[in-house]
Amino acid sequence: MSSTTPLSYLSAAGDRAGTILPLTWFTLIVSIVVCVVIAVLLYVGVSRRRVRQTAQIQQVPVTQAPGGLRWISVGLAISAVPLVITLVWTLSALAATSGPPAHPGLTIDVTPHQWWWDIQYEGERPSDIFNTANEIHIPVGVPVLVRLHGGDVIHSFWVPQLSGKTDAIPGQINLSWLEASTPGRYRGQCQEYCGAEHANMGFEVVAQTPDDFRRWRADQLSPAPPANTAALQHGQEVVEFRCGLCHQVRGTGAGGRAAPDLTHIMSRRMLAAATLPNNPGTLVAWIQTSQELKPGTLMPDQFLTATELPDVQAYLETLK
Amino acid sequence: MRAPDFRVPAVGPDNPEHQARLLELWEGEPGLKGFLSTVDHKKIGIRYIVTAFILLVLGGIESLVMRWQLASPNAHVLTPDQYNVLFSTHGMTMIFLYASPILSGFSNYLWPLMFGSRDMAFPRLNALSYWIYLASAIFLYVGFLTGNGPNDGWFNYVPYATRDYNPGLNQDFYSLGMVFLGTSTTMGAANFIVTAFRTRCPGMSINRVPMLLWGTLTANVANLLVVPAVSLAFFLLWLERQFGTHFFDHSNGGQPLLWQHLFWMFGHPWVYAIVLPAMSMVSEGLPVFCRRPLVGYSVVALSTVATMILGFGVWVHHMFATGLPGLGLSFFSGASIAIVFPSAVAIFAWLATIWLGRPVITTAFLYFASMILMFVIGGVSGFMTASVPVDWQLTDTYFVVAHIHYVLIGINVFPVLGAVYYWFPKMTGRLMDERLGRWNFWITFIGFNLAFLPMHLTGLFGMPRRVYTYGPDMGWNTLNMITTIGSFVLALGVLLFIVNVVKSLRTGAAAGANPWDAATLEWSIPSPPPPYNFGVIPIVASRHPLWEGRLTEATATSSLDRGFLLDEGKETMGTSALDAEPNMILEMPEDTLAPLLLTVGVSILFVGLLLKLWTAVAAGAVVAAVAIVMWLWPRAQLREREPEPAQPPQREPRHA
Repeated sequence: MSSTTPLSYLSAAGDRAGTILPLTWFTLIVSIVVCVVIAVLLYVGVSRRRVRQTAQIQQVPVTQAPGGLRWISVGLAISAVPLVITLVWTLSALAATSGPPAHPGLTIDVTPHQWWWDIQYEGERPSDIFNTANEIHIPVGVPVLVRLHGGDVIHSFWVPQLSGKTDAIPGQINLSWLEASTPGRYRGQCQEYCGAEHANMGFEVVAQTPDDFRRWRADQLSPAPPANTAALQHGQEVVEFRCGLCHQVRGTGAGGRAAPDLTHIMSRRMLAAATLPNNPGTLVAWIQTSQELKPGTLMPDQFLTATELPDVQAYLETLK
Repeated sequence: MRAPDFRVPAVGPDNPEHQARLLELWEGEPGLKGFLSTVDHKKIGIRYIVTAFILLVLGGIESLVMRWQLASPNAHVLTPDQYNVLFSTHGMTMIFLYASPILSGFSNYLWPLMFGSRDMAFPRLNALSYWIYLASAIFLYVGFLTGNGPNDGWFNYVPYATRDYNPGLNQDFYSLGMVFLGTSTTMGAANFIVTAFRTRCPGMSINRVPMLLWGTLTANVANLLVVPAVSLAFFLLWLERQFGTHFFDHSNGGQPLLWQHLFWMFGHPWVYAIVLPAMSMVSEGLPVFCRRPLVGYSVVALSTVATMILGFGVWVHHMFATGLPGLGLSFFSGASIAIVFPSAVAIFAWLATIWLGRPVITTAFLYFASMILMFVIGGVSGFMTASVPVDWQLTDTYFVVAHIHYVLIGINVFPVLGAVYYWFPKMTGRLMDERLGRWNFWITFIGFNLAFLPMHLTGLFGMPRRVYTYGPDMGWNTLNMITTIGSFVLALGVLLFIVNVVKSLRTGAAAGANPWDAATLEWSIPSPPPPYNFGVIPIVASRHPLWEGRLTEATATSSLDRGFLLDEGKETMGTSALDAEPNMILEMPEDTLAPLLLTVGVSILFVGLLLKLWTAVAAGAVVAAVAIVMWLWPRAQLREREPEPAQPPQREPRHA
């Protein structure tokens, strides 16, 4: 992934985006050539026989030189070539990339909410199913089916390096798919205006080797570790009491499903839908002043007391 | 006493005595009452232009505030909610309240003058269209000023626009305001269509009409067909919000995508409706400065119509990412690529006109000629979005923002500014300052391209649309700073334009009737035109009545100073739709306060709906009903008559 422009789609890192990339470049280059040619024709046409003095307009005779229609017919004939190529290429690229893979190696259910991403991994047994948020892990070299569910308003799922946009619309399940060719982190972003914090609704796709992915998946399936000191127990109690209505920490009394699953929050690189880097300082800042960091977010400022906050922080840091 | 049913309209030469009689018949009352009751298309046209221009400036100021916020990453000039209201209001203002009304203003002012006619077909309806436009603009801006501006973009997708996610009055102002405005657009459209087919002077058959007819007529036929779709959509939204209907609510059998279909079925034809008249203003003005007729008149006229017809079949290209089936998408993709052809016809016709003519460099010419390049840039970026898989990457990034601004500024604002330089002498009798004009043009041109050309790259680097801020490490910082600088330069250009207008109004050189030695009928009468436009209704014999004798196209000579006198009342000539054969004397209404009163009634009604004050709704309806009765009250002088044919009739006269 391009480190300087993480959302650029002038390069690709996967099969689906890669099929489209040459077509994007082709239409872009055709467009630039057309603009340059027309600009030259316009400039030469204007400067060839121009009359600079506005006041002389009455003296310039009106004439009617023939031959104009040839411009139109020749111009259209030349324009037809790239247009037809684009049409055929478009239809074949559409056929190659639109359909979801017949045998996906992995299926993920993604439900975007104002303003975060709920991610559910399908499994063969119910106990293999788990939820995470804002960070999608996929194995490289495998087509991954993404089922997009409408959560609240319309959002759009987009990972430019891997896949174009597909909207998530209430009342229907849209299908998208990804396939990464090399391991890495790829930035994703909501692309349909969805309210106050549309700007801060990113996510990351982490493409891993199959072994790494299996390890990650096993880790994610485990519940939260037991709180085994008094401070951690206090922290867990506060989390259950203050956070549990919206957030889930599997294996504890925090069972809300209205906000990101926190069971393995410390395994994620970013916080608040790819808005902040995830480290102890930002975590505390996010808990206490979320409305300042992401104004309008549905998470209220928590006003935890000086005795609660360190314990909560310590507890959350165990959720790896 | 009853007027005779038939009368042969007198034909004669124009002379001062006759003109004095016409002036008495046509001149409106002075003072406030005259101002409020006028039905003169020239006054209404200029009101449209001035009002729309004020709204352009407001929309521009909104964009400058947004550009200030976006100049650097993580800025705190605006809160997210303020930004979202601003970008929505900016879109609403520019697309609905500026881009279309300004073109209506020009056509309103120019059509009767170009057609050798004395007013629009329905002058009172014309006044009503303007007053309702003004009232709905005020209605929408009252929402904005009371903190209830639209906050879901101009496209206003549900479910975000529904009450669950949008509990304030914002969406009620917007949805009712759009229904309100839609009535004005629809009435204006009907008026333009009838005017085009009924009021052209004798001899102006359909193959001799000025190009401006084609763009405006096509746009207004489209408006008549598609504005009801969006009015319906907004009305359903208001019902959904206030009465719990479930048109868009999936949990009760509704469908959020219904909104998008209704909206874009309107929205895409609308994009053509706000550029086609502007394109035909270029087709009017550019040839005059190239000192030759437009190359390929018929092809350009037909391609204008073809663009619109294809334009009805491309709306789904706004919805490529909504999960519709690939086969369906490919048809819309094909149509969106095919629409390049009719647009290319106009481009090559203009280029050929420049190459085969002798361009005289004026500010108006510079605006018209540079528009060709802006059009191509906006066109090719549109062509890229027509390719479905490419669009899956491009859509909803700044690439599309760059595209829409090349279309709307390049193909609408540039021609409009050029048109002001071109027709200002006709409207005011004074020329605009050319020296200041060059400064104005070049600063506008450089500012615009500085702001929006790099924005394509911002989009290709993935910056999403409609974000109030962005992180510092996304690679967009420099590009956004350049765009912000460019937008302020562009604003300076527009400021210079306003300075030039004000200065030229006071001190501009006298223009005379035809300062550009142009070919169409509006240049045959004094600047500014008298209230009755034409002393005699001319009879034209070619496409370029004022260039006859210099071109080879005309076999006969137009008669401009001898024609139908029509001075027994406020009258103009009604002619047949295609051949423009005279077949009726059209009796024109006197000035009246009825349109204004009707607007007041309807405004009260809409405020009542907004606040759910049902007594106000009833009161508004009563006022409106009184106005309609006043309007329709039978008047003897409005009885219309067919002229008795001078020769024995060839066929049965038709009664209207």
